[in-house]
Amino acid sequence: MNTLDYVVLLGTILGIAVYGMWRTRGRHNLNTYLKGSGDAHWFVIGLSVMATQASAVTFLSTPGQGFASGLGFVQIYFGMPIALIIIAAVFLPIYRKLNVITAYEYLGRRFDTKTRLLGAAIFLLQRGIGAGITIYAPAIVLSTVFGWRLDVTILCSGLVVIAYTVSGGSDAVNVTQKYQIAVIFAGMIAAFVILLEKLPASLTLPDALSLAGGFHKLEAVNFSTDPHQRYTFWSGVLGATFLMLAYFGTDQSQVQRYISGASLRESRLGLMFNAVFKIPMQFFILSLGVLLFLFYQFEQPPVYFNQVEWKRHAEQGQVEKLRTIESDFAVAHTQEKQKLELWLAARHAGDSKSETAAHAEAMAAHERVESIRTQAGLAVDPLGKKKDTDYVFITFILDYLPHGVIGLLVAVFFSAALSAKAAELNALGSATTVDFYRHVIKRDADDAHYLAASKWFTVLWGLISISFALSATLAENLIQAVNIIGSIFYPVMLGLFVTGFFLRRVGGTAIFLGALVAQVLVIALYFNLNISYLWFNLIGCVACVLTSLIIQAALGPTAGRTETAS
Amino acid sequence: MTPKPEPENDEATGVPGLRTWRAVYLFVFGLFVVWVGLLVLLSRMPS
Repeated sequence: MNTLDYVVLLGTILGIAVYGMWRTRGRHNLNTYLKGSGDAHWFVIGLSVMATQASAVTFLSTPGQGFASGLGFVQIYFGMPIALIIIAAVFLPIYRKLNVITAYEYLGRRFDTKTRLLGAAIFLLQRGIGAGITIYAPAIVLSTVFGWRLDVTILCSGLVVIAYTVSGGSDAVNVTQKYQIAVIFAGMIAAFVILLEKLPASLTLPDALSLAGGFHKLEAVNFSTDPHQRYTFWSGVLGATFLMLAYFGTDQSQVQRYISGASLRESRLGLMFNAVFKIPMQFFILSLGVLLFLFYQFEQPPVYFNQVEWKRHAEQGQVEKLRTIESDFAVAHTQEKQKLELWLAARHAGDSKSETAAHAEAMAAHERVESIRTQAGLAVDPLGKKKDTDYVFITFILDYLPHGVIGLLVAVFFSAALSAKAAELNALGSATTVDFYRHVIKRDADDAHYLAASKWFTVLWGLISISFALSATLAENLIQAVNIIGSIFYPVMLGLFVTGFFLRRVGGTAIFLGALVAQVLVIALYFNLNISYLWFNLIGCVACVLTSLIIQAALGPTAGRTETAS
Repeated sequence: MTPKPEPENDEATGVPGLRTWRAVYLFVFGLFVVWVGLLVLLSRMPS
């Protein structure tokens, strides 16, 4: 990174943050602070929902996933259009009609206080930990690559997001997300175009598709019914629908975004915008990874993309071993490139017999390359805990993009991290204020008091997330832990809402006990059943609904059905 | 208390050619099916 890159990076990040604070200055009403001014257009809502979901990991790691495994990850988004249609048709009108600030207020009105607090507590636990990771995950990669101090990177980005989120509340989140997502699109499209230009001129589109297909990188849809396979059509359509229903329908960081619409129409269209564009967007990001794979078939990549880690191990006495791996890799890569050129030549000649033989030889050469890459990974990371694919895209950016665009791409990663984190902090502050402080601790204060409390809670959650990120040491383990927590708690949270919306006969006591039973069941199954985590979303939700029905039947038809609000 | 959602037609969709929300949802779902279909075709592309 040179001066131009830093000017682009800091100008973009700080410019958007300061603009957000300036645009939302002087908005000191509690409702406006927490829900926004209620004039958001569907396009702003759509971008805001998209920016909240897409964290830096989406743009930093997903191309690496496409590079390593192809397009299959796109299947996790198959549940999203279905889930968003259900939310727009059922969840959203209820939230708007009740004029709630948090989703958990609905649980209090439909069931009782203990169920509302259970829902809010699950959200705070899960999202509180997640907010630390939102900043930590990109910071660890970028600080490693650029040699920045990790603590300074986390602190600076964390304090910027706290400043504008606390200053302008929900409106500031909406305003900044609009520009942050514009920066993200601009940067990713620039990277895609430059990458296309850098592919060999002789490589035609049919060639590129043929090569990518030949290496199984285009297998976007897998109809396998094996529950152990993580990403399949079935886990995407069934399991991920429940995951997306839980995330978009009950997670306050998302609910807060779309209830801020000027009308039900604006909110609904904002959700439909995501239902239409999310799959193409993820396809585009994964395709970038597939293009990177093709590019690195013709340009020699480093044997291990995290070169900082590689060099550190070389300095620690492994220099001879690592040099041998590097030279083996260079030879194997050159051989693979030659085999690929033979394959393409046979293709162009229309000689199908030679093409089949050349394809087999190219695949064998590729396996040799991959085996040396595995050997390299084990040399620097014997336990296999680090994801080298996280460094694929950033390595390409630094090695092949012009200055200025490098700054723009790093701004993409920070924009994504800040936009997701701002929505999380805004939601954490809102839920703490509305569901706990105002509802349980101090019930009779005025708006100004709750507004101040909300700002302080937002600061507190920001500092907690920074502290969490600063104390973290093993990124991969932590990200996995957050995914585990999500898979365990989201399904039961969804079960609470589904029961509330669709099963009028179930009351507060039955759903509260049913949720606890379902939660224990999900935890037990998680540690004893080796299936894709997406399926737990379906299992947990169904378990919560069924157990609450059984408990209600056991309690009697009227027990615990006192509804606390009308 | 499970409040009944407002009738869908209370608020016009404002989407040209799609006058009801049911039509909007069907259109979005149709696009999803098209996307999956295209991805299936891509997956089966011969190398």
